[in-house]
Amino acid sequence: MRPVVDVRGVTKIYDLDGQSIRALDGIDLTIDPGEFVAVMGPSGSGKSTFMHIVGMLDRPTAGTYSLEGTDVSQLDGDARADIRSRRLGFVFQAYNLLARTSAIENVELPMVYAGVPAADRRRIALEKLEEVGVAQLKDHLPNQMSGGQQQRVAIARSLVNDPGLILADEPTGALDSKAAESVMRLFRDLNEQRGITIMLVTHEPDVAAHAKRVVTFRDGHILSDATQDRKAA
Amino acid sequence: MNTRATLSLAMRALLRNRSRSLLTMLGVIIGVAAVIVTVAIGVGARTSVQQQIASLGSNLLIVQPGSVTTSGARTGYGGASTLTPADGLAVATLPGVAAVSPTVTAREQIVAGTQNWQTTIDGVAPTYTFVRSWPLASGTFFSEQDVASAAKVAVLGQTVVQNLYPDGSSPIGSSILIDGVPFTVVGTLAPLGQSGMGQDQDDTVLVPYTSAMERLTGQTTVSALDVSASSAASVDTVQTEITSLLEQRHRIVAPQPDDFQVRNLQDVAAAASSTGAIMEFLLAGVAAVSLIVGGIGIMNIMLVSVTERTREIGLRMALGARAKTILRQFLTEAVMLSTVGGTIGVCVGIVGTLLVSLLAKWSTVIPISGVIAAVLFSALVGIFFGYYPARKASLLSPIEALRFE
Repeated sequence: MRPVVDVRGVTKIYDLDGQSIRALDGIDLTIDPGEFVAVMGPSGSGKSTFMHIVGMLDRPTAGTYSLEGTDVSQLDGDARADIRSRRLGFVFQAYNLLARTSAIENVELPMVYAGVPAADRRRIALEKLEEVGVAQLKDHLPNQMSGGQQQRVAIARSLVNDPGLILADEPTGALDSKAAESVMRLFRDLNEQRGITIMLVTHEPDVAAHAKRVVTFRDGHILSDATQDRKAA
Repeated sequence: MNTRATLSLAMRALLRNRSRSLLTMLGVIIGVAAVIVTVAIGVGARTSVQQQIASLGSNLLIVQPGSVTTSGARTGYGGASTLTPADGLAVATLPGVAAVSPTVTAREQIVAGTQNWQTTIDGVAPTYTFVRSWPLASGTFFSEQDVASAAKVAVLGQTVVQNLYPDGSSPIGSSILIDGVPFTVVGTLAPLGQSGMGQDQDDTVLVPYTSAMERLTGQTTVSALDVSASSAASVDTVQTEITSLLEQRHRIVAPQPDDFQVRNLQDVAAAASSTGAIMEFLLAGVAAVSLIVGGIGIMNIMLVSVTERTREIGLRMALGARAKTILRQFLTEAVMLSTVGGTIGVCVGIVGTLLVSLLAKWSTVIPISGVIAAVLFSALVGIFFGYYPARKASLLSPIEALRFE
């Protein structure tokens, strides 16, 4: 089976005030379709840098990265944007919905950049909002929704272009435990029922417990990589 | 991404910040409105000057007698008695001359029934209506035969008609006394209004120039020759020809000054319209400066907007926006601000122009080309001043933009 993510010897060196900082040091990692991977580690461990590279928001200093069998480490900005648009879905800690913009318009946004015709955009956006259970909030503005609801809208937005991989960066970091639990359950449903591949960055063991596999980073290296039994649903 | 999607993205971004968008546009609105109003006033003033000059007649040249020196005192132009009707006939034979009308001027008291009025009596030829482009309101003009016989016929200007026939009765066929001499009214002139110098041109009575000379002034010379050139292009040539013809007829040789003067109304028109053009230029320049200031306002706000929306830009990039798409969106926002501002400015300018012509009673003309130029220029302002902030936005790294606090 062709892996979704295949990272070989990825190194990232930052230059900070003339001092070079090795954020990632020769990472090898493979994620297969249908996996639900939690990336853990303390701050400064390199887990966020790793997610940015996998999410094609950042480039590795050295090493190769293949996404769904294509080497993407050498692509230019436009090609990277196109892959982000068509193959990747993002969910952020701070939801990152456009302010003063309705839920459905937020969900439509990635399709605008992917060039989906306006009529289809509306229909698909509504479908995805239904899928994450907030269709009734489609005309609400972000400031009229709770954090959990906003994050569900953001998840719907990450789904609209049928991505091969969803990247979630501390998706429950701003939520109370009840909302966090419900959002994690949504991720699990998407993974188990729809077979969507998910890579999630967190530092909370409770959140990581929902994943099938936990990769722990420390000082730019992978400390452990283990498959686990999921927390009971 | 297609144009429609770009436009709708930009529009939504602007609508999210309504009051700021409006305030940003204000600079362009004021700039464009200023352009429209000043150009409208400038063009209006120039057009009305041109109309006044055109109302003096088509391709008109005026030959006046020169100055005469009496005991060392020079009388100035028109003082000499050197032009004769024969000069006029000679000028009429020149190629390029369409018509000539001599003018003999006198100021007399006229009486009609119980009314009387003092006015200017102009002795002219039948060609006068053509030379001065002055149509009749009623009746007929006098003929060459009337000139030959020095007939006692008159054509009245509208001011004279109003003052001698206040009851509104038709003056045609009635008899008036000019300096005690009875004349029959054969026609009335169409109203012409004020001249460029503020004179009431309708306050006049026209009679055959022969009648004026024989029965009113008792002179054998005329006060001027009105000459109409056959085309506007030939005015300068005709002017030279008249000068050399009259020099020959009056036996004037080189060092001697001419005893006449040929004036060309096109010179007057050109001077007037060039003054107008300079004014227009100045006003439009001031207005253009205010437009540029408006453009700087747009650039300022767009720069603030790029900084403020850094995270939004990062998000858009993460969701698949190319750098070019971001550039296009911010550029579109700037152009939209300036073009919508420009269009509102045109409307404000038109209303302002109407107010000016209504309140100040100035004649104004809103040139379509000016309106189009103002809108295009404001779009250009948007592109020019919007490019830098838009480029700045598009060069952001997605990851740094997303992390921006």
